Amino acid sequence: MGKVMQEADRAARTGQHEASALVSARRGILRERGLPWGGVGFATVALLVFPVFTQALDWPYYLSLVTRAMILALAASALNLVLGYGGLVSFGHATYYGLGAYTVAVLAREGIRQAWVVWPAAVAVAALAALAIGAVSLRTRGLYFIMITLAFAQMVYYFVVSFKQYGGQDGLRAPRTDFGVSLGDVEVYYLAFGLLVVSLVVLWRIVHARFGRALQAVRDNEVRAATVGFPVYRIQLAAFVLSGALTGLAGALMAHHTQYVSPAMLSWPQSGHFLFMVILGGVGRFFAGVLGAGALVLIEELFHVVTVSWQLYVGLTLLAVVLLAPRGLAGLAEGRKR
Amino acid sequence: MALVIEQLLNGVQLGLTLFLLSSGLTLVLGMMDTINLAQGSLYMLGAYFAATASASTGSFWVGVGGAVAATALVGLLLEVSLLRRLYATDHLTQVLATFALILVFNELVRMVWGPQALLVSVPPELARPVQILPGLAYSAYRLTIIAVAGLLAAGMFLFVHRTRLGMWVRAGASNRPMARAMGVPIQRVFTGVFVVSAALSAVAGALLGPIFAVQVGMGEEVLILAFVAIVIGGIGSVKGSLAGSLLVGIVDTAGRAFLPLLFGALFPPEVASNLGPTVASVLIYLLMAVVLFVRPQGLFPVHG
Amino acid sequence: MRQKVFAGVLVLVMCALAVGPAVSQGRSLKVGFVTTLSGGGAALGVDVLDGFQLALRHLGGRLGGLPVEVVTVDDQLNPDVARTAVERLLRRDRVDLLTGIIFSNVLLAVGDLIFSHGTFYISPNAGPSEYAGEQCNLHFLNVAWQNDNLHEAMGHYAQLKGYETAFILAPNYPAGRDALNGFKRFYKGRVVAEVYTRLGQLDYSAEIAQIRAARPRAVYAFYPGAMGVNFIKQYAEAGLMQQVQLLVPGFSADQDVIRAVGKPMVGVYNSSHWALELFNPINRRFVEDFRRTYGRIPTLYAAQGYDAALAMDHGLRAVGQDLSRKADFRKAILSGFDSTRGRVRFSKNGYPIQDYYLRQVVETPQGEIINRLRGVIFRAHKDAYVSRCNLP
Repeated sequence: MGKVMQEADRAARTGQHEASALVSARRGILRERGLPWGGVGFATVALLVFPVFTQALDWPYYLSLVTRAMILALAASALNLVLGYGGLVSFGHATYYGLGAYTVAVLAREGIRQAWVVWPAAVAVAALAALAIGAVSLRTRGLYFIMITLAFAQMVYYFVVSFKQYGGQDGLRAPRTDFGVSLGDVEVYYLAFGLLVVSLVVLWRIVHARFGRALQAVRDNEVRAATVGFPVYRIQLAAFVLSGALTGLAGALMAHHTQYVSPAMLSWPQSGHFLFMVILGGVGRFFAGVLGAGALVLIEELFHVVTVSWQLYVGLTLLAVVLLAPRGLAGLAEGRKR
Repeated sequence: MALVIEQLLNGVQLGLTLFLLSSGLTLVLGMMDTINLAQGSLYMLGAYFAATASASTGSFWVGVGGAVAATALVGLLLEVSLLRRLYATDHLTQVLATFALILVFNELVRMVWGPQALLVSVPPELARPVQILPGLAYSAYRLTIIAVAGLLAAGMFLFVHRTRLGMWVRAGASNRPMARAMGVPIQRVFTGVFVVSAALSAVAGALLGPIFAVQVGMGEEVLILAFVAIVIGGIGSVKGSLAGSLLVGIVDTAGRAFLPLLFGALFPPEVASNLGPTVASVLIYLLMAVVLFVRPQGLFPVHG
Repeated sequence: MRQKVFAGVLVLVMCALAVGPAVSQGRSLKVGFVTTLSGGGAALGVDVLDGFQLALRHLGGRLGGLPVEVVTVDDQLNPDVARTAVERLLRRDRVDLLTGIIFSNVLLAVGDLIFSHGTFYISPNAGPSEYAGEQCNLHFLNVAWQNDNLHEAMGHYAQLKGYETAFILAPNYPAGRDALNGFKRFYKGRVVAEVYTRLGQLDYSAEIAQIRAARPRAVYAFYPGAMGVNFIKQYAEAGLMQQVQLLVPGFSADQDVIRAVGKPMVGVYNSSHWALELFNPINRRFVEDFRRTYGRIPTLYAAQGYDAALAMDHGLRAVGQDLSRKADFRKAILSGFDSTRGRVRFSKNGYPIQDYYLRQVVETPQGEIINRLRGVIFRAHKDAYVSRCNLP
């Protein structure tokens, strides 16, 4: 992968002028405003001290809910790298998420629970799957790409479901890995928080590095990017693998959070769920994944509490978002600020 | 031999009914560049309307007619009120909006008809097997489905390839701005195509009612198969969606029927009993991945 | 600034969510009811819920003398959704008892969470083998049956009836394989084919053609939920009902399926632990009032929901409304309570020891299509896993 980065860098350097021309040609979407520092700082501090409140007020449920939201935010942000910055609509990201989670559970089943083995293994399995699937899928474009990623996801799903040894449809217990200290719910919360922050920083650097700009140039005009000398296929594949690896990390985290994995984590509705988070957040905005995951968790929470007919209300809410805020929540915030 | 022919007929029947869904899906996608996941909901509505209409009139075929008319009307209202606004947006927004529609339709159907599956019976005159070859009796009802769906497919084909209106449709699918410049009333053609696709989905839903469970969420599984079919065939091509649908129907049926036997002959029983059903389950996805690997634009690409 | 407003709103929302359930006066009992209320399995969840609610009405809105509040949540047949729902019920709503889950894969995803929280789960349906054997738990009781039981009963019936050959089929997932193994545990005739289909498959024409070609004496099919409706509809449509005897577990031939298939189902044999005409006062009252209240004939799911409430009531009475007396609560239920099937007792793993009946779908002179009791297949039958359970 390092080599690919170098190549992208070289290409980016030679084609820098053209690339920046491409960039400025976009309708403002690429003119990423600086980080909204105030908001990010506030959110970081709030999340850091949140467990103190939940413990003091005895609200263990909200600790768990926010942990869940952060894990989904990590997965959605990883998807946003290929979806928002790469323009690649993957309808199979549940595969990497599920494989990351299953790696934790399967290794535990086989008696391996050392954190330093399990976590890298989870990420590696997801990355390898993304490499194999991406290498084939990236030959196609548009809806064909959507469907071929779905096809691979379905294959993995049916494979796991019929695998009796690892629980099949029933799923599998996933005891938490051994860090030397036992992980309680608060520890898992901070683990999720830490990994989310680190991943976001990594993603931020990548998106703003030459590689990230090359990825966006490819998204905006593939033919031009190729003419300029970008190794289009490799750039996209590198982004796809990175995205898959981070999604696998989210899956491993979720396995730690719920201590149970099930094939539903690999199913196409799960892939759809990730897509909605990003779309809801605002495709291509850096915080799309975080905002979308938070919003979706909140919407579902509200309507599940209120009613059994949640489908109607969630559906109508989503329709309202599409019609009233077509650029997602991040877009809505920007629009108002202007 | 009779078994092979019977399985082939089963595959053709599945394929042709898929075509009723996929043809509309592919034209809406090709012409309007719009992904409409709610096509599955229209199929579900078709089945529910047919069940209700045939229960109240006592005639299956009146039920089918009523379902087609009612669903076409729903399609019209949907196009005018909502989908029209989505044409200009990107695919992702369309996916989100039409997925929201699935949720809304599911809940509305549940509120009106309840969560239990509905009763739809095979019309009595068709509830018996027909001797089509010596030693081969085949369900009269499934033969009727093949005939109706086959006629509709042929009609659709002639319409798209032999009439002026069909030419407009094809023009719209391959190059919309050019078609508009040439004076094609694109918006009206769009509305027409959408209503026709809703009606065809309703035919599929109504015809499959007697053999599939008529219940909430019945559209989703079928929708995925229809998408697989149009992607294999090539988006926007009616010919492609016919080929893709038949291919999906036949490969899926044949895989389920014969793959376990093949694996049984090749592997030890322990391996075969695990591997056979699993591979048969994913066969159509495997087919799609292979087709797209060899021809990334599907079997019949539409250039535009 | 916007973010602060947003965060403020968030905190307010959470306060509202947290305070809502906290306002409850007096001593009452909170029951969490997690079940499938949307999608293809919704009919089953609604039946269990309706049965449970009917029992509450019969008990004057009280369980063991305590006024009851039921918190209902839809699990969407998704283990992940169920887990969040159960966590919400346990840790926010602080329910005293949990029940409702239909599908074993959903239950298995939340079982550990419930048990480790120290809350009882009274299962009205899902009866996975895991919780019958090594993983049996003090906090788990099942008032319905262990997953294998109905299949074992049908296998035993096929054996008794002397069908020389059988064609058996199920979806390709562990529960499907367990079901067919349960059938084969008691059926010793020749299995001409054992077919596993795709989970959620719609079209069974290929399998039905194989059945026709194989000419077995009997067909045993395990297809829960929507798959069952699809399979039986197509089996009937293919005209096989008159040619090859179809045997199914009771839940595949109950009113929800009959409603969707209609007359062609007449003649199908099935196994069940409960039947409409079981002669005891509880069952008579249940069946009559269920029909009057909901306007439909109850299914075995509804009876199980009803029994879940009766079990809770019985246990709570025995411990004087004090759920902290866990061992006594469990023991009271295990030693038997009066249900829609008369008095049921339980094994130490929390699964019933009960009779299993043969039922047949018939058309009554009034034109109703219902199940009729045809005989007893097993008497006081236990599940196959109880010996592996370490509970006292």
